[in-house]
Amino acid sequence: MEINERPDSEIVSSSPFREPGGIGIVRYGAGNIFSLTSALDRLGLSYGMIHTKADFDQYDRYIIPGVGHAGTAMNKLQQTGLVPAIKALQKPTLGICVGMQLMTAYSEEGDADLLNIFPNKTLKFKDSDTYKVPHTGWNQVFQETENPLFADIPTGAHFYYVHSYYIEYNDLYTLASTDYSLKYSASIWHNNFYGVQFHPEKSGVYGETLLKNFSNL
Amino acid sequence: MNFLARGGLAKRIVPCLDVKDGRTVKGVNFVDLRDAGDPVELAWNYSQQGADELVFLDITATHERRKTMVELVKSVARQINIPFTIGGGINEIADADALLNAGADKISINSAAVRNPALIDELAKAFGVQFVIVAVDTRQVNNTNIVHLNGGRIATDKETLSWIKEAESRGAGEILLTSMDHDGTKAGFDNRLLKTVNDAVHIPVIASGGAGNRQHFVDVFEQTNVDAALAASVFHYGEILIPDLKRTLKENHIEVRI
Repeated sequence: MEINERPDSEIVSSSPFREPGGIGIVRYGAGNIFSLTSALDRLGLSYGMIHTKADFDQYDRYIIPGVGHAGTAMNKLQQTGLVPAIKALQKPTLGICVGMQLMTAYSEEGDADLLNIFPNKTLKFKDSDTYKVPHTGWNQVFQETENPLFADIPTGAHFYYVHSYYIEYNDLYTLASTDYSLKYSASIWHNNFYGVQFHPEKSGVYGETLLKNFSNL
Repeated sequence: MNFLARGGLAKRIVPCLDVKDGRTVKGVNFVDLRDAGDPVELAWNYSQQGADELVFLDITATHERRKTMVELVKSVARQINIPFTIGGGINEIADADALLNAGADKISINSAAVRNPALIDELAKAFGVQFVIVAVDTRQVNNTNIVHLNGGRIATDKETLSWIKEAESRGAGEILLTSMDHDGTKAGFDNRLLKTVNDAVHIPVIASGGAGNRQHFVDVFEQTNVDAALAASVFHYGEILIPDLKRTLKENHIEVRI
């Protein structure tokens, strides 16, 4: 069953600043973004939608959202024809949840080759009697590297997670980590590319702080 | 055992709001609310107090219900920065689809799942298991826990634990278990049943029914290791304040988000 998304015409930034600038949200048919745009509205951050390569020029940073199945999401992203443009982006780009997993090389979910912006792999949590999957709820995020994305957010702050797959820990790319049966990447960073596994739009005040920080990168 | 290690998943505290025609029902006596019947203002207040998640149970009976539910979900999603679930009257994929697109994080199904268990499979396939909570109202009949409908009034032929296992295998992402024997008693959660259920499934369990004081929350987390605890009136009437509750849980070495 195909999920009907809200038509983009219904998603209108309430920000009065609709000239070039702001956040472009990459639209590729993977999930609902109402909570994300609502969070941006609450923060007074300007945003718009990216459907074509030309749309990228209108914004000065980008969010790649995503929920659901990583392999399916990658197929949808490929159908948009935006993949080469995304890989070539020079401006700050934030992947959220599956949107972050897409930036890795590979996911066990659907045995899928992904964007390979990060060489890391996305793996499935092992079944265990102690740790339920999906990892659902609020867990602590520990910053591993100083970065303005986490400005004004204390290390160990809780963020909201819902996921069954995780990105392996990596000394070079892991910006923040979370422990859930093992230590994995809560956030990754390479050049202008950032990713968070948790949902900042659902993570209370600290989640909003992170989105605000991203808008100032 | 509790997750006491660094970075353990926090136990969730979940206030539940009954909503009818877009307004909260049951008395709410927060002192600083302008309008105690406005679910969005109430939800905002709870999110500010440190609630980890919210459940809205819609008991609207009119044929306009889907429209009012969607409007409510949109308003909540616009204003509230924590996850929330909506339950009540979700009978088909189209209901769930409308709520997802309005910004609901999860839906809760109860009677519809009992009447048509395949609905769980369909919802999980369409939206992912994380979107589907199966709510189970249980009551003891001749020393057996039996699933009940309509707030405990109608007994079914389903034994509670086997129904919960079936729901899990069909694609429930979470179980909201309400003990009708404990609900309203304020004598504590049904920890024995909750432990049995929690030990038998691999998906999160939300305990409901019986909360009367802070120690009851300590007990349920220590004795059963459920993932979340839900209550309504003790929060609405200010008998338990969420910041106090979180402090008590933390003092008892239970992982919480402060």
